[in-house]
Amino acid sequence: MLPFDFDYYQPETLKEAVDLYQYLEQQGKQPMFFSGGTELITLGRIDLAYTEAVIDIKGIAECKVMRVSGNHLLLGSVLTLTKIEEANLFPLLTKTASQVADHTARGKITLGGNICARIFYREAVLPFLLADSQLLIAGPEGVKGVPINKIFAGELKLDKAEFLVQTATENRLIRAPYFSIKRRQQWETGYPLITVAALKMDEEVRVAVSGLCPFPFRSKEVEASLNNKGLSVETRVERALAVLPQPILDDVEGSADYRLFVLKNLFVDVLAALDGVRV
Amino acid sequence: MKSHTITLTINGESHIVTVRSADTLLYIVRGRLGLTGAKPGCLNGDCGACTVNVDGWPMKSCLMLAVEAAGKEVTTIEGLKETPIQMAFVENFAFQCGYCTPGFIMNCHSLIEQHPDADDQTIKEWLESNICRCTGYIEIEKAVKSVLKRGAHLKAPME
Repeated sequence: MLPFDFDYYQPETLKEAVDLYQYLEQQGKQPMFFSGGTELITLGRIDLAYTEAVIDIKGIAECKVMRVSGNHLLLGSVLTLTKIEEANLFPLLTKTASQVADHTARGKITLGGNICARIFYREAVLPFLLADSQLLIAGPEGVKGVPINKIFAGELKLDKAEFLVQTATENRLIRAPYFSIKRRQQWETGYPLITVAALKMDEEVRVAVSGLCPFPFRSKEVEASLNNKGLSVETRVERALAVLPQPILDDVEGSADYRLFVLKNLFVDVLAALDGVRV
Repeated sequence: MKSHTITLTINGESHIVTVRSADTLLYIVRGRLGLTGAKPGCLNGDCGACTVNVDGWPMKSCLMLAVEAAGKEVTTIEGLKETPIQMAFVENFAFQCGYCTPGFIMNCHSLIEQHPDADDQTIKEWLESNICRCTGYIEIEKAVKSVLKRGAHLKAPME
């Protein structure tokens, strides 16, 4: 039970949802798009999230798709992570998403909700960053397709009244060799320390990281260092660590030094798995 | 609309209830419908004590708004009657204080229904969603495996 009241709407079309947002925004209701809603429910309970109007987009057909269309896999933003895992149409996403929260919670957490969340892990975004996916965004100007690597910089850069409708990912990238691993400081169900997802395409290794910085990221500079095949594995990894985004998280889950130590070993594991090179 | 009059279908019965948009399913099931089997634990989606089944899948009822459950089939522990997994919990002493037991049983019940051939990895993945403060995990594992092994899940889940 949340300690504040809000209006609850269930639009059936993209336009209805956008129009509702604009109307409610004008009314000063601080509207919020809602899919799985786990973040509003858990943070709202302890006064860390607030809204006076919730727009639940789970009834919008375009947000529920899960199918191959031509050369692309389309995944709707309101699909739960469990549903995506069960279908297993994108193995790297299946593996990475299956490490979010726990199985039952993933039956409520949605793809769009995880990508747009405030929590800094947001592991579900990693495969899409690696696969250069397109995002379908609905907003006041209609619906537009945007490359994820142009609109995701630490977070999904959406304007007011915009929301994520679908992801579109090329089949050739879905079939590419991949590697995904999550390291926790303790137990198998504790909060994550670092998650690394990687994919190999055109003889180049791509990596995306969650849990190192206060945001998930894919870095071209890191990838250039890891793919410098003229150097030893140790040097490639050391150079990758030298060009990481900042700041490095330093909290109760792990100090910055410990996180860098774990990441160093994970990069070695990535190169062993996808590049066949070992220390 | 800050409140809604909705029909909740719980354990095969329809209930017309007026709820706040901000009410969780757990709060309504326990406080308004008197079904206190689902337990409030962390209220944060971590412990699994409040697990119910929604359309055949486990759901932490503290993570779901009651308005979201309208039109869905909800089953609480009160809706299970002498199912194989309940009997297996008794036979294997799969509880100590019992607070986590309804949530574990609802999760196990869904697992058995959805994956009657579940392997060890699948069992582990599903049951990691629940916490037993008494740490009776071995007995719970034995209970769920005993049902999967003998195929007793084929018995009708509800009477």
